[in-house]
Amino acid sequence: MPPLELLLQQALNGVMLGVMYALIAVGFTLFFGVLDVIHFSHGDIFMLGAFAGLSTLLGLAAVGLRAPVAALPLAFVAAILVTGLVGVLAERVCVKPLARSSPLMTLLATLSLGLVIRESVLIFYPRGADPKPFPQLLPQGGFEVGGVAIRYENLAILGIGLAAMVTVDLIIRRTRMGAAIRAVAQDPEAAQMMGVNLDRTVDATFFLGSGLAAVAGILSGLYYSEIHFIMGITGGVIGFSAAAIGGLGNVYGAIVGGLLFGVLQTTSAALIPRGSEFRDVVAFAVVMLFLIVRPRGILGEQSVERV
Amino acid sequence: MSEPVGRLNRRQLLQGASALGLGWALVPGPARAQKKTVKLAFIGPLTGGTASNGLGGRNSFLLAVQERNADPKTKHHYETETLDDECKPTVAVQAALKASSDPAIVAGVTHYCSVTAIATVDTYHKAGMPAMVWGAVLPEITYSHEYVEITRVNGTMINQNQIAADFAVKTLGFKTFAILHDTTDYGRAHAKWFSEFLEQAGGKVLSTQGTAKDQKDYTAELTRAKADRPEVVWYGGLTPDGVRVKVQMDKLGVRAQFQGTSGIKSDTFNETTGPSAEGALAFVEGAPTEKLPGGKRFLEAYAKAGFKEPSEAYGPFAYVAANLIIDAIEAVGPDRAKVARHLKQTKNANTIIGPVEFDAHGQNTVPLISKYVSQDGKWVLWEDSEYASGKRTLPGHKFKKM
Repeated sequence: MPPLELLLQQALNGVMLGVMYALIAVGFTLFFGVLDVIHFSHGDIFMLGAFAGLSTLLGLAAVGLRAPVAALPLAFVAAILVTGLVGVLAERVCVKPLARSSPLMTLLATLSLGLVIRESVLIFYPRGADPKPFPQLLPQGGFEVGGVAIRYENLAILGIGLAAMVTVDLIIRRTRMGAAIRAVAQDPEAAQMMGVNLDRTVDATFFLGSGLAAVAGILSGLYYSEIHFIMGITGGVIGFSAAAIGGLGNVYGAIVGGLLFGVLQTTSAALIPRGSEFRDVVAFAVVMLFLIVRPRGILGEQSVERV
Repeated sequence: MSEPVGRLNRRQLLQGASALGLGWALVPGPARAQKKTVKLAFIGPLTGGTASNGLGGRNSFLLAVQERNADPKTKHHYETETLDDECKPTVAVQAALKASSDPAIVAGVTHYCSVTAIATVDTYHKAGMPAMVWGAVLPEITYSHEYVEITRVNGTMINQNQIAADFAVKTLGFKTFAILHDTTDYGRAHAKWFSEFLEQAGGKVLSTQGTAKDQKDYTAELTRAKADRPEVVWYGGLTPDGVRVKVQMDKLGVRAQFQGTSGIKSDTFNETTGPSAEGALAFVEGAPTEKLPGGKRFLEAYAKAGFKEPSEAYGPFAYVAANLIIDAIEAVGPDRAKVARHLKQTKNANTIIGPVEFDAHGQNTVPLISKYVSQDGKWVLWEDSEYASGKRTLPGHKFKKM
């Protein structure tokens, strides 16, 4: 395979990774935008979403509903509901009560919650220690364009990921709740004075961000055909890093950061000698560089309003 | 974590309680009163990516202890302490320190992961606690020191890789290999030995790529390997990562045979990889459990005990390690130094994995390496498989013809 084709193939691999990172990163950025908190159990909520999706699919298969066109949307809905509610619960248990404490307390509380979620899946999910096969519900096969292999499955995953991002954008820009979220992100006190229900808005933000993590979890299962209870650890760290690169508090920045992180990982593995050993080193070194050179992230200063 | 019976369900607890009650009623009063309680430790990965192997090992260890406790001839009563090393060196050292600093614990059945086993040898040596490794295959665990406390009941990766390389090149006729390995001591050492034996056998390494343990995405590495058109993609790592490499190979259309190490030889690999597992190769020290001298009895007892998780490939080794340690304690008493010396001199011990004999380094000289192929979702001994009989063709051979 000539180098250019190889490079393009690696870039495509990176975009696939980046879509999932971006969906996790948007959650981080929403939480930070509204409450100025870093919700470190978000990676494990991403994992929980994948397991909720898998459980739904297995349940539907048990009652004879195996057609992807029906089963997959139901799995997304169920997983979004589960993670959305867990996200709201997390906010009420670990974030809101600690609102006046040091940010470190929230960090510790959410980290601990992540551990509880992870270990609960390990203990209570049947044979939770093992990686779980995820059903292949998207069209298999593919085609080549200029030596770059493109799978139908990848196109579907990209499409679903893009649709999720557009939906979030529409919710934030075009709905009353979105306006409330933006208002709280800018000035919570002024928003309350204008009649915005702060509690409900924060709940909606956590539901939305956690629901997106469920979408990312199911997409990850579909892409890799496998999920594992530890998948949220790196997923969470990378999602947060992507949000930081893009500019914490900026949804579009999170998307750009996620895509950049994915492409950075795959291209560094492909282009640098022994790069596969250093892919994470390179990617996280770039995060550090961004934090030093441009602490606000790529789109941190361009946005007029947060979230 | 102190849990004499591990994570058992209610049925198992009832069975255990009934057996205990029956044993209590049957053992004569004076004998029961004389039995001294001795504590044994089990350390392995009970959580994390390789937990399925750790839980299989733990269950097998508990089974051995339960059986010996139920035997009226046993002079001591054995209690257990199971500790999780998470397959992480730092956690393993903490677990080893906890076990070795408890004077009630006489010996331990320790570690499935090479990274944890090598990290803890000095801890056991300093504490004078006998530790018998039940799954880790890195040669240095036994061959980098002269410690009397360390023994290993399973084989090392040296023999495994020699057989694996010879088999792939000389028997199967593959010539070109893309090497992928995790960057732990385990993966690196496997890659080193396999590459060395591969060159000697006449095979050619086209590329070598190290990857992080528990890495999720291998598309970048596999895309790079695919460009060299290797006949075989060889992976040196454990089951969860092996699953990902194999599944992603198929998704990316890498037309090559998949070959792994003992680290992927688990029921979990076949269950999770699904149809993609068909034709994958793996190599393990010793014979398959069901073909071991006492394998049938072990599997029946294991099934009867009602453990939730399968014993996996290395469960029998943990079972044998527990029995050898108990034999030593029964012979010389619950004294760490005496038990360590006794274990090191083990010669021709009759066990379910066949005779066990430790060399000067405490390494069991396992003479046999078994070759496995995944067939219809099960690991089948190569010699018994339809691939060997010619009924089926390995994926790598099909691709060579394309």
